[in-house]
Amino acid sequence: MEDNVLELIGIKKHFQDVEVLEGIDLTIKRGEFITLLGASGCGKTTTLRIIAGLESPDEGKVLLEGQDVTDLAPNQRDVNTVFQNYALFPHMNVADNIGYGLRLKKVPKREIREKVSSMLSLVQLEGYEKRRPSELSGGQRQRVAIARALVNNPKILLLDEPLGALDLQLRRAMQMELKRLQKKLGITFIYITHDQEEAINMSDRIVVMNQGICEQIGTADEIYNHPRTSYVAVFVGNANIISGQVDHLAGDQAVVDTCGGKALVNTDGARLQPKEQVTLAVRSEHIELDENCGCGMKGQIAEKNYVGGMHRIVIALPDGSRLVSSRCGMDSQIEVGQEICFRWNSSHGVLVDRG
Amino acid sequence: MKRNKTKLPGIYLGLVLLFIYLPIILVVIYSFNESKTTAMWKGFSLKWYRELFQDIAILEALQNSLVLGVLSCLAAAVVGTLGAVGLTKVRHRSKGVVEYVSTLPIMIPEIILGMVFLAFFSVLHLPFGMVTLVIAHTAFCIPYILMMVKARMAGMDPALEEAAMDLGASPMRTFLDITLPLIMPAVMSGCLLAFAMSLDDVVITIFVNGPKLNTLPIKVYTQTKFGVTPKINALCTIMLAVTLAVLAAGQLLRFLFSLAGRRGVRRGNAGSHLYSGQVTITEDGKSG
Amino acid sequence: MRKKRNWWTFTVMPLYAFTLIFVAGPLVYMIALSFASNREGYGLIWRFTAENYKRLLDPVYLGTFAQSLRLAFSSTAAIMLLGYPFGYFMAKLSSKWKKRMMLLLTIPFWVNSLIRLYGWIIILQTKGTLNGVLLNLGLIEKPLKLLYSYPAVLTGMIYTLLPFMILSVYSSAEKLDWSLIEAARDLGANAVQTFFTITLKLTFPGLLSGMILTFIPSMGLFFIADILGGNKIVLVGSLIQDQMTRGSNWPFAAALAVVLTVLTTLIIYIYRRVTHTSELEGLY
Repeated sequence: MEDNVLELIGIKKHFQDVEVLEGIDLTIKRGEFITLLGASGCGKTTTLRIIAGLESPDEGKVLLEGQDVTDLAPNQRDVNTVFQNYALFPHMNVADNIGYGLRLKKVPKREIREKVSSMLSLVQLEGYEKRRPSELSGGQRQRVAIARALVNNPKILLLDEPLGALDLQLRRAMQMELKRLQKKLGITFIYITHDQEEAINMSDRIVVMNQGICEQIGTADEIYNHPRTSYVAVFVGNANIISGQVDHLAGDQAVVDTCGGKALVNTDGARLQPKEQVTLAVRSEHIELDENCGCGMKGQIAEKNYVGGMHRIVIALPDGSRLVSSRCGMDSQIEVGQEICFRWNSSHGVLVDRG
Repeated sequence: MKRNKTKLPGIYLGLVLLFIYLPIILVVIYSFNESKTTAMWKGFSLKWYRELFQDIAILEALQNSLVLGVLSCLAAAVVGTLGAVGLTKVRHRSKGVVEYVSTLPIMIPEIILGMVFLAFFSVLHLPFGMVTLVIAHTAFCIPYILMMVKARMAGMDPALEEAAMDLGASPMRTFLDITLPLIMPAVMSGCLLAFAMSLDDVVITIFVNGPKLNTLPIKVYTQTKFGVTPKINALCTIMLAVTLAVLAAGQLLRFLFSLAGRRGVRRGNAGSHLYSGQVTITEDGKSG
Repeated sequence: MRKKRNWWTFTVMPLYAFTLIFVAGPLVYMIALSFASNREGYGLIWRFTAENYKRLLDPVYLGTFAQSLRLAFSSTAAIMLLGYPFGYFMAKLSSKWKKRMMLLLTIPFWVNSLIRLYGWIIILQTKGTLNGVLLNLGLIEKPLKLLYSYPAVLTGMIYTLLPFMILSVYSSAEKLDWSLIEAARDLGANAVQTFFTITLKLTFPGLLSGMILTFIPSMGLFFIADILGGNKIVLVGSLIQDQMTRGSNWPFAAALAVVLTVLTTLIIYIYRRVTHTSELEGLY
């Protein structure tokens, strides 16, 4: 029980007439770096604010190390937040900003000075004690915000899209920094982002959220290679969603009738029935174009372009739907309008949306 | 963009400004006039000023004006600031109504306010004098502070207060450590304006000051009904000098605040200053 | 929905209390008072009567209202003519001059209105400056009786309220997109046409709020009429003051005040509807 530093049970929240959170259940282990990933409006920020105590849920409980903190004010929780726009106090210098939480706890001045100092070294801003927030760059302010939260040694650190305002280079560098910090300090980090790359690079586990519910919770590998819903498959990475009907079962595989042809799918323990409607997710990079049409699927090339270093080919299927196949390199031999065969590995077709 | 090469705009502006300043200049000039009648210039003299300083009634009136101004402005500052901050946090249907009613004193003609206070205070049997004056003045000072603080709060990042609470500050501590320092420029501006309004007030003061208490403007007003004496000119000139001093102090305060990091407020001076192209205008002719 | 106790309700208490007791209270009392009556020797009698309002219909009092309105309209019109060009020209100055002009306009604002009116007495009185200048120039033979007249009060009103119009027009003109005027000229409009079709329309909000800011006070500024008009010019404001002090007929004064308040509120209401502003911030 002590291993779980945070538990969210049945959290529901609405604003005016909109249901923002429709029942969130989450268990977070001590020392892990977990990310809430989703598009704007999915409820990730609201969830974070409920954990921090800045919002109250309509229903549900928040347990911090087993204790019910749902009704506690933010200043009574041992949780600290790094705000999206940093929220550094403009009328205080860096040292006073960082030491604020400690001053409130009536920690002796000398101790505050030492802690502030060591925090500044930790975030590589030694010597910046007397500077004002207005004199700092975005990246520096961000580090001060992190230091200000961490110096209080909270049980959980909440980070609300902290890297959003930084440019790409800085963002990548800070991602490494944050990961390093987290590993070093061993504090539980709950991170929010809409950037899947960020989530995959930094997190131990990812919670994919969509319109107020958790679509899937798992490691980056699980999310990427074994998405459970079509939303997750499409949101993280590029996936094609294909619907079909089970033709017959063959051991631990199934043959599914799709519009493009028959596909072989690993059942992965799922109990499939013949004639059952299923949905498959196949990543674009897993669709292989087969020059020699073997036992594969057929379609017609609708588009080809070169995007982000990958050769991207859109295949049109007889029923009008399209699949996207991508691979590295360039292939000028493929023409638009050409009939093409394609296939994928049975392990790459993932069954999704299985209720 | 100077497409007009004519001097017309400049001349016009100059003439109107002259029109505006002429009376004031004359008052000042004639305060140094040796002669009693204002038309004839008999020579430079400070005798009216000397007489002024020896006039106990006037000195008393001055003291009253200052005390009244300070008391009303302080009372308005406390009630107004707390109110403005609280209004942004509370969500009640009555909010809009209370805000509207509390700003009424500067929207309806002063004469009505004066008359209404007189009647009301009588019925309550309040002692007419400093007590009624302070209440009345506070009533029309509050709106200035309310408006300014409210504007400042609107421009302040709400995440700042949330961050304070997140770090462990109770609501009161958050207010004292974070909110108050950040709205202070607005409170000060509001106070300055309120103080000036209080010093300047004639109409409301006439109604509620009671038989004995005189403020400076009242003294000037009653004197003018008897006719002009250069002593009043001298008084006016001094009041003018005080006004300019207060204005200068305001500029100085503004300058000092700009050094002490006002940034962190999202929009720039969200309504907090008097001379940056935004002068608070009231509907009943009060100057300022 | 769980509701935590909101600490902030305590901070608004002082404001609520003060407003209720000392702003709402008096105003409600005023309305109540206007329906009471006053008898010589007996004091206030609290029996509902509409006699005060009926008395208002007396030609004398209607005349006072008419005169106040006449004065208000004339001064507003004059102020508009004087102040609009000023605000407009001011908006075209360089920003350095704009600041200076703003300062120059603000200083008299802060000078007590009485002092400024007092200055006019010096100018207008029989032995005053204006007469002195005119006599010296040989333009007149006897000093003119300028003070204690309708024109004197009008001048005083204009003088006191002019800055409001200027600043209103200025704030509107300042936001003017000058390229629109250039575009109009480019399309063939001459100066007059450009002014009436483009400039005036765009600065109209400022002009309108300026009119409100001058019209409403001009009905209440009784001390201008008092100082510069003597007993000759009676405004609604002076009437109220008179009834409260010498007349001791408070109910009647209350009725006058109610009518004045209703007029004022009506004008503000119309203004809001015309400009679709939901807050009077526009007037600040």
